Amino acid sequence: MLGQIIYALPFLAEGFAVTLWVSLLVVVLSLIAGVVLGVGLVYGPAPVRWAVRIFSDTIRGIPILVLIFFVYYGLPAVGIHLQSFWAAVLALTLFKTAQVVEYLRGAVGSIPKGQSEAAMAIGLTFRQRLAYVIFPQAFRRFLPPWINGVTDAVKGSALVSLLGITDLMQAINQVIGRTYEAMPLYILGALVYFAVNYALSLASRRLEQRFAFIRE
Amino acid sequence: MSNASNAALLDVSDVSKAFGTVEVLRAVSLEVKRGEVVTIIGPSGSGKTTLLRCVNFLESYDSGSIRIDGKEVGYRDAGTRQRRSERDLAAMRAETGMVFQSFNLFPHLTAAGNIMLGLRKVRGKSEAEARQIAEHWLGRVGLAHKADSLPAELSGGQQQRVGIARAVAMEPKILLLDEITSALDPELVGEVLAVVRSLAEDGMTMLMVTHEMAFARDASSRIVFMADGGVSAVGPPAEILAAEASNERLRSFLARFRASHF
Repeated sequence: MLGQIIYALPFLAEGFAVTLWVSLLVVVLSLIAGVVLGVGLVYGPAPVRWAVRIFSDTIRGIPILVLIFFVYYGLPAVGIHLQSFWAAVLALTLFKTAQVVEYLRGAVGSIPKGQSEAAMAIGLTFRQRLAYVIFPQAFRRFLPPWINGVTDAVKGSALVSLLGITDLMQAINQVIGRTYEAMPLYILGALVYFAVNYALSLASRRLEQRFAFIRE
Repeated sequence: MSNASNAALLDVSDVSKAFGTVEVLRAVSLEVKRGEVVTIIGPSGSGKTTLLRCVNFLESYDSGSIRIDGKEVGYRDAGTRQRRSERDLAAMRAETGMVFQSFNLFPHLTAAGNIMLGLRKVRGKSEAEARQIAEHWLGRVGLAHKADSLPAELSGGQQQRVGIARAVAMEPKILLLDEITSALDPELVGEVLAVVRSLAEDGMTMLMVTHEMAFARDASSRIVFMADGGVSAVGPPAEILAAEASNERLRSFLARFRASHF
């Protein structure tokens, strides 16, 4: 039994690499899109605020599984054909973006108005106010829910196996299909996911402590 | 020539503003000359703070005109109501310093860092140069030893003195002070007012909203009494106090004030 698992390890490692790659893409893309849209939601003119609000509420109201199938099986109907890998990344990114928008809104909204005004009063432009006054303070509040969201993204990436992409989850299932050793392999998979996410939470706690000097 | 020393540095003329149906400013006109210290007194809700915030365009105004050194604040030209660009507004605001009632120091930056931010990003000074200016001004407000302290480590009076240093380090044409001692414990008020007084002696032009009547009387070139969104009386301190006899609103304001501050 052990021999079979060891024999399968390189294959599982390839799956794990796909899991990490999907997670990384989703986390980075959703961070960029979410921060841009979040700034639009907080500071934008009314039409922009409404558009972001509708996007965020709609996406968050749809189960992620439905979103994945919709992008992969639904979009071809309107002429958009994506490879399964990119369809999965797009769906997960949309889902995660909507969450990042809310984290950003909460974090930026918690900064007192006087901070923006003081920054305006010394002549900083909008971008400078965000970069040097608002974001550094909002960062500490943004971080904990966001890291939480990153661990969700790693776990959620297992859903890409449903489109036949050979990530860690799919690799495990395939090895089980050959060896009929379900329990040890699922335990191995669980441990790998756990190790990644636990490392992330530890890093998060470190970072939070580093920024703890900023008073509430 | 707008730079002549007798011309008004700040010229507020006929400024009106409403929040919905509430008129907070009604055709306010006011001049501040270079080197003058003008204090605005008046009951709460009389529009003092709103007026001050219009001067650096933290608030927009509906009509009238505000000029600093001849240049229209906030709008491209008097009467056009065309808002200046973000870049333009920022550049204009850098010419007016503002000190807030609630200090509004940046909590993630040290005392020196608070002062250096505008010097670095707006004035384009080098790190070393900005640091030197910050230390100079921290020395002026008696906080040279607190340069590397975070705001949370400072008392209210110390924070407000950093707030003043942050504003004056930008070398503004005019300093706006918005009830800067109202959030302070009584025993800390003196140290902040002493700093303001020393700036006044150096010739800094100031427009100040305050409830410190004794300070207004002793340190002002002129006092403006506002009531119901308009200027009700204006003149040198002695004149304002004498006007009490003929100005019903001023009399009741000062009477209430005396009653609550022995």
